[in-house]
Order: sequence, then C-alpha cells, then structure tokens
Amino acid sequence: MRRVAVLGTGHSNYMFRSEKPSTELMSETAMEAIIDSGLMPGDIQAFLMGNAWGAFEEGQSTLQSYVANEIGCYNIPATRLEGACSSGTMAVREGFIWVASGFYDIVLVGGVERATALPTPLATRVFVTCADSLYEWPTGFVYPASFGMLAHLYCRTYNIPLSKLEGIMACVSVQSHEYALLNPKAQIHKKLTKEDVLNSPMVATPLRLHNCCPFTDGSAAIVLASEEFAKKLDKRPVYIAGVGQASSGRISSQSAYYPRIRSREVSSRQAYRMAGITPEDIDLCELHDCFSIASLIAAEGLGFFEYGTAGDAWEKGNTRIGGKIPINISGGLKAKGHPVGATGVGQVVEVTQQLRGELMEQGRQVEGARYGMTDTMGADGVVTNIILTTEK
Amino acid sequence: MEYRLPFRQYNKALRKNKLLGLKCNDCGKITCPPTMACSKCAGTNMEVCELSGNGLIVTLSTVYVAARGREAELPYTVALVELEEGPWIMGNLIDIDPRKAGMDLMGKKTALSFKVCPADEFSAGVAAARPAFCVMRE
Ligand SMILES: [Zn+2]
Repeated sequence: MRRVAVLGTGHSNYMFRSEKPSTELMSETAMEAIIDSGLMPGDIQAFLMGNAWGAFEEGQSTLQSYVANEIGCYNIPATRLEGACSSGTMAVREGFIWVASGFYDIVLVGGVERATALPTPLATRVFVTCADSLYEWPTGFVYPASFGMLAHLYCRTYNIPLSKLEGIMACVSVQSHEYALLNPKAQIHKKLTKEDVLNSPMVATPLRLHNCCPFTDGSAAIVLASEEFAKKLDKRPVYIAGVGQASSGRISSQSAYYPRIRSREVSSRQAYRMAGITPEDIDLCELHDCFSIASLIAAEGLGFFEYGTAGDAWEKGNTRIGGKIPINISGGLKAKGHPVGATGVGQVVEVTQQLRGELMEQGRQVEGARYGMTDTMGADGVVTNIILTTEK
Repeated sequence: MEYRLPFRQYNKALRKNKLLGLKCNDCGKITCPPTMACSKCAGTNMEVCELSGNGLIVTLSTVYVAARGREAELPYTVALVELEEGPWIMGNLIDIDPRKAGMDLMGKKTALSFKVCPADEFSAGVAAARPAFCVMRE
C-alpha cells in the first residue's frame, strides 16, 4: 500500500436555506480544493462524493456525474457513497483505498447536502429512512429518540442521575457553540448558556432542542494524492495514517453492547492499528455529536476516556484547547452544522487545517498537533474513522 | 436461499398478537425480529417459534417532534424491551401517560400487544405492525 496525502481543501459556509442547489454547492468547493492543490480539473482521475438524500431534497440523483462535468473533469469515473451521516467519510476512505492501492494517483473527494430544502417534518421522515423500515420505523422511531433511549440507558448503566447527565449534556452544547463563534464557516454563531439548553423545548426525552444538531446545507472537498505525487507540490502534506469503517444491524440487534456502539470500536481500532498508534497519541478529534449524548458515547468508544466518565472531561474543560483531548474545536455538528453527506469531508478539512497550523488567526488553533482523528456515525451504526498526521 | 421467517409472515402473525421469532438449531439462540442468519452463530439452521411477548423495559424515550405523517400520535413513547427469551425488540409503550414516562419505568415488566403503522409513500404500501407493550402494574 502506498501512503496517501491530503493536498488542497475546499469548504463552504454551513448554513440554513442555501440559495444554491447542490450541484453548485459541490462544484464550488470541489474547484476550490483543486485550485488549492495547485492542480487543474484535467489532473483529477476520479471523483468520489458523499450525499445522502439528494433525490428527496432537490429531485436530483446522480449528482456526482453532473458535478464532475460542471468542474471540467470530463468523463472521469464519478461515484456516490451513501451511508447516511457517514457518507462523506466513506468517500474519503474509499478515495484513500483507491490511491493507496496504486489504481489512481489523484482523486477528488467531496460531500454535499441541502437538508434545509425540506420542511422539518419531511426532513425528519427522510432522515429516518435510514432506520430499519420494517421492524423499527413503525414505532414512530426518530433519531432523537434513538439517542434519548441511549441517554437513559447511559444513566442506568453507569449509575449517573439523569439531572447530572442533563447538566453534562448542556456543557457539551455550550462548548460547541463557543468554538463555532470562532469558526467563520459555522452555521450557528450564537453564544449558548447552560440555562438556554436546559430550558429549550423537549424533542425526545431527555433530549431538548439544544441537545440536537441542526439541519444544514453545505459542502466540502479534498484532493487525495499518492505520497510520490504530493512531494512534487510545495504544499505541506498531511497524510492519512489510518482508516476504519464498520456497519451494524438494526438498533435492537445491538443489545449486547448498548449503550456502547460496537461498530465504532471495530472501526476505530482498524484505524489505530493501521496508524500504529493508540488513543493517547491523538492530539485532537472531530467526532459525531449529532446529539450531545452522542459526544460522550463517541469519546468513550474511541478510547479517549473510560466508559461512563466522558462527562467529567467536558465539565472540567479537558475537551477544550489545552485540555487532554481537544474535541470539536470547529463547533462540531451541533454548531458548525451537519450537512450529512458533507459532514465527514468537512471534518477531514478541519483536521487537515489544524495539522497545518492554519487556524491561528481564527483563535482556535490546537498548537503542535501531530495526529488528528475524525469520527462519523450514520444510521444505527455505520461508523467511519480517519486518522491524519503530519508525521512523515 | 429463502428466508425462514420473512417479514410478511412475521407481520401477519403480529397483527394477530402473536410474536414470532427464530430458534437456532445449532446454538439455541432466539433471534427476534428475524434475520436470515442466527444473531449469535451466523448459521441458518433455524426454525420459526412463537415467543411469549413478555419482557422488561430496557430503555425508553418519549417523542415530542414526529416525522411527517406521525404527528397525530404525539406524544408517544418508544422503548426497547428485553424479551424473556433473550432478544431485544423495539416497540411502543401503551396504557401509560407518555408525558410522565421516565426512567422509573426501566426494568418494569411488559406484556405484548400491537399497533399498525399506516403506510406512506416511502413504505412500499406496507402497513407494518409493531409491538405495543402494556406496562404491568405490580
Ligand atoms: Zn446459532
């Protein structure tokens, strides 16, 4: 296997109600990544794109092919990856494998979603099409309820009073909003207090509105290239050190592990093993905080904290810059936003910029970081992880 | 290879208040809702069995914001129940006030009933039954 580098990156503003259609959203950041790499569209050999629900949002399937044509990458293979909220990271991992294998030298990876084109009740219905439609959707199951059930089970399993967990979950949202204020591309630029979270309307017990990420429009893109090719360019390369991906069955089938997510443990261990490192080596992480309880479960599943203890880390500031492991310094899904198909690619862009030291001006640089990790979880347990590094 | 217990058969039985599962002839594990391979040993030597429908509430959440088409049911409680034969299954809790459904219900015994979910344009015309659990008073 060859080493694979991230060259240029592109990242749109994350927002509500984008006036641009997905083709334009995706094409703009794709071109941005190509230009940032010092390349031309004709240099791109293949395009991989994450997108979950284009057909529902805009009546547009097969976006990837139109985007390739829009940006002048004529007749290259363009492939869409769909794994709900993991779609974008799946595209990154796939691109890594294609370049690592030697089949291609330069691959463009992107992700896009325009979720706010849908009214909220329909968006909620469309998002829950990734749940088990035969055996679990009939209950009226929605994703906030999935994580609501996990929150109650988390309390019971680790013997944490619900009121204490509610306070911890509020801290998670407060931190994300604070960092998003420093991120010009974030969807929500609004300071949030613990009281704001605890007084927001109930969505699915015990999760309130401010325990939930928003619906988001946005796109992100990166160019991946072989190490040999990357060395010819003067851009400071960031390498993909490890990748992981795992799937799961319907929620009820995960009984033996809940509230742990087995597929996350499988996926992240693949990534650590490939990178030859352990969770202690990770200097920052962008993880899947679709709901604030999800942050705790993810941070523990990735091996950063003992099970049942991640809340202490958020409360004591150990997940901030300068803490044990800075988490979601972009603002996370909660406040940076969650444009489903783009989310994982956006996380890789964020970690790449952190590792290159490009966020000093924004006042949210994690200094001296050598290893950064991303984590996304789609549907009931489609988990993908990428570890990036500046190490040669 | 055909399913030993396809959705159609499972759904039909549940509409008669009968909960069907699969018993593995190799390892003895009960799988419910059904899958093609045994949830423990991945073998396919399984036979259809009827489950008691009795179980314990593992966890729950009361929904206040529904997906399109389900608003009239609000608020409602979704739960994971551990059946006495072992597997977990997702269902709704009935005979309770969803607004008051909290962690104190976790561990409570349940008995099986069912409700039918109306089909919408994304569900292939299938009106699927789902377990609706009555919480037993002690
Ligand atoms: Zn078996």
